[in-house]
Amino acid sequence: MSAGILGFGAYVPWRRLQRKAVVDAHGWFNSALKSQGKGERAMANWDEDAVTMAVEAARDALTGFDRSGVAGLRVASTTFPFLDRLNAGIVADALELSEDVSASDVAATQRAGVSALIDALRSRQKTLVVGSENRRTKAASTYELTSGDAAAALLVGEGDVVAQLLAAKSRTADFVDHYRSMDNTFDYQWEERWIRDAGYMKVAPPVIRDCLAAANVKPEEVTTFCFATTLSKVAQSVAKAAGVPEGAICDPLYANLGDSGVAHPLLLLAAALEKANPGDKILVVGFGQGADALLFEVTDRIKTHKRGLGVSGHLARRKEETLYSRFLAFNGLIEMERGMRSETDKQTALSAAWRNHNTVTRFNGGKCAKCGTVQFPKTRICVNPNCGALDTQDYHSLADAKGRVNSYTADRLTYSPDPPACYGMIQFEEGGRWMMDFTDVDEKELAVGADMRMMFRIKDIDPTRGFRRYFWKAAPMTGAVKEG
Amino acid sequence: MAKGIRDKVAILGMGCSKFGERWDMNAEDLMVEAYTEALADAGIETKQIEAAWLATAIEEQHVGKSAVPLAMALRLPFIPCTRVENYCASGTEAFRGAVYAVASGAADIALALGVEKLKDTGYGGLPQRGRGTLNNMTWPNASAPGSFAQLAAAYRAKHGSAPQDLKRAMAHISVKSHDNGAKNPKAHLRNKITIDTVMNSPMIAEPLGLYDCCGVSDGSACAIVTTPEIAKSLGKNDLITVKALQLAVSNGLEAQHNSWDGSYFATTRIASKRAYEEAGIRNPREEVNLIEVHDCFSVTELVTMEDLHISGEGRAIFDVLDGFYDAAGTVPCQIDGGLKCFGHPIGASGLRMIYEMYLQMQGRAGERQRKDLPRIGLTHNLGGFPHQNVCSISIIGRHGA
Repeated sequence: MSAGILGFGAYVPWRRLQRKAVVDAHGWFNSALKSQGKGERAMANWDEDAVTMAVEAARDALTGFDRSGVAGLRVASTTFPFLDRLNAGIVADALELSEDVSASDVAATQRAGVSALIDALRSRQKTLVVGSENRRTKAASTYELTSGDAAAALLVGEGDVVAQLLAAKSRTADFVDHYRSMDNTFDYQWEERWIRDAGYMKVAPPVIRDCLAAANVKPEEVTTFCFATTLSKVAQSVAKAAGVPEGAICDPLYANLGDSGVAHPLLLLAAALEKANPGDKILVVGFGQGADALLFEVTDRIKTHKRGLGVSGHLARRKEETLYSRFLAFNGLIEMERGMRSETDKQTALSAAWRNHNTVTRFNGGKCAKCGTVQFPKTRICVNPNCGALDTQDYHSLADAKGRVNSYTADRLTYSPDPPACYGMIQFEEGGRWMMDFTDVDEKELAVGADMRMMFRIKDIDPTRGFRRYFWKAAPMTGAVKEG
Repeated sequence: MAKGIRDKVAILGMGCSKFGERWDMNAEDLMVEAYTEALADAGIETKQIEAAWLATAIEEQHVGKSAVPLAMALRLPFIPCTRVENYCASGTEAFRGAVYAVASGAADIALALGVEKLKDTGYGGLPQRGRGTLNNMTWPNASAPGSFAQLAAAYRAKHGSAPQDLKRAMAHISVKSHDNGAKNPKAHLRNKITIDTVMNSPMIAEPLGLYDCCGVSDGSACAIVTTPEIAKSLGKNDLITVKALQLAVSNGLEAQHNSWDGSYFATTRIASKRAYEEAGIRNPREEVNLIEVHDCFSVTELVTMEDLHISGEGRAIFDVLDGFYDAAGTVPCQIDGGLKCFGHPIGASGLRMIYEMYLQMQGRAGERQRKDLPRIGLTHNLGGFPHQNVCSISIIGRHGA
């Protein structure tokens, strides 16, 4: 049996910052930006980061899969919120993967996601590979316009694969087109022409040739070429140098998303799989201090594969953002007067957080074995007034439960990084309810009875101690995968 | 079943500070202001008080923990003092402590005092604060208006009320309270407003605008209680006695069980029923002459009218718009201006309501005095959130009524 891709998914945040809004703000300063005002880039909400987006992409990829069989988790990013805390550990917990899972963070280069994918495929264990990026960029930089926040996930292993790995090749070169060190908040880049000529063109074509040769596949047989770069014509030049047909180059998703860094090659692969037919040969290349190339062949299984929202579904779930100031605020790029109400201490007791991680990170409630009542959180005594049994509740996940709005408000008094704070009572179809925050919601969409789904988000940020805590929030069902 | 508290305890004296933005006063000064009035009204000396209860809700904003601040401010003679906190029902809780002490025979004369000094936060509205280690991890960062605003959404959905009808009835409630507060020299807000003022005020938490929200105030109120016999022996006639004191506390049913629809207060329905039973009241709409309810927000007052079983379910909008609860109506509600205009120094609010009943029943309410002296009055506090709260009800009235 050979290894391959079992499942794939993606996550793109709801808001799409209109590039014109950025250019309108900065064109006076950097007139070179003026030609870049077309289209939109994906913009993470204030309560999203590389971890939360990784969770959502993974949930998308795991649609229809039994999670208990996942043996490995590799989360790749250069924008992890924690430097010394396993970010993949948060993801594993939120996904309720087995405690036996081997989880690790992969970082420090733009090809981290693709490298992790190769390692996972070689391990032959059922492994979830996630790339997620929420890159901070300087105001008025080109990268502010070209970047996009997103995540992609691939479940790999042996068995009923939708795409079989034919070959994979790597090479490493300390070619520093850009970098970010411990001392820097933002990337520092070198000249694009040099990156193109001495970087992409020297490194990528040979790896591609090696990979195709190892698979005994001719370049012209490649049907889809997933190559992530924001430099114009580079994908075409690399393809040409490697002999790959120009028509195979996939849409870089620049118009509506932008370059999602570590996530992007995986996102392009997921997008390619969404459109793939059996027999297609998909070539994926990751670039960054060298390059990785992987060649897949799509199987018949692709036709019956159970999918989540995927790239196309998430791109369709979209809210145009024309306020550049909101982007600046969400990304901490502007010193805002947030008001005294924002000064509340947000310290998290780590001991209590661990003790309650089933409740908070996994969104597990309890289900009474005696009367069947689902309740949140899980408690010692059943809430059903006709039951009241002691210690009868088993953990019961509400993360994938369908909720309905029972009551709501849009609160302009309380502090929220994105006022008004929308929240209300969510009642779950299977039982249980909770007064909870809403996210990705338009105030005018709020209504009693509205269908909601749960999303893993940042609950609070503690600026004093550099900590952030996570919880689940209710988002409109709009665009969600229909049941059945 | 226990027979309850009816007519076992009489109010000997009461006092209430002026409510408002008392920039020149500490909590201790406000306590003394309410206390000296109550003591003079009771006609006793400090040394006759045998036990005391202090109510504060947000003590970290002013006096700090324990009942020591009360004992020190009033120079109480090393008697048992207890601090109580039960959200916005704290004031009534202090009263309950003092009344039960007298009823049990543990003390002949007991004192209840509530105080809150809220205007040292640096911003308008209630202080923003944590809700406990675990709650902070899962609760929304909800404000009080955001929590209570949700009643409107659920009420509209349940009764099919048009948003503008509900909003207009809510506006009527606020206009009425401002009319009443204008006649009360101790009230925080004494300006009259119009329906348009309310309807056009800035939105705080949909659908609650600025004028749907009560004032956040500094203030203190105080009650001294004893037995009817001792009150008479001290020369008091026309006694005002306690008919019922009830409390209902959410047990998680509303917050965690899907049997509650969010449109009403489960606790208020239960506590008021028990209170009527304790007071021997069969038909509250006919028998209660005056009510003071916890109008933290206009929608709270509206919904509470039904939960007190005075307006029928789904009928509060109509009673409100008919003027049933106006000062000149059948059962005036917030004749002193209510939380809305008298103000809401949390720990003092329950006692302030009882103070108004006490004045009205004795014909001492000045410009706002009800012509026919009320015989039975009800006060109501609701602390917390619609989905998990503490509800207190007190019924007081003329002795023997």
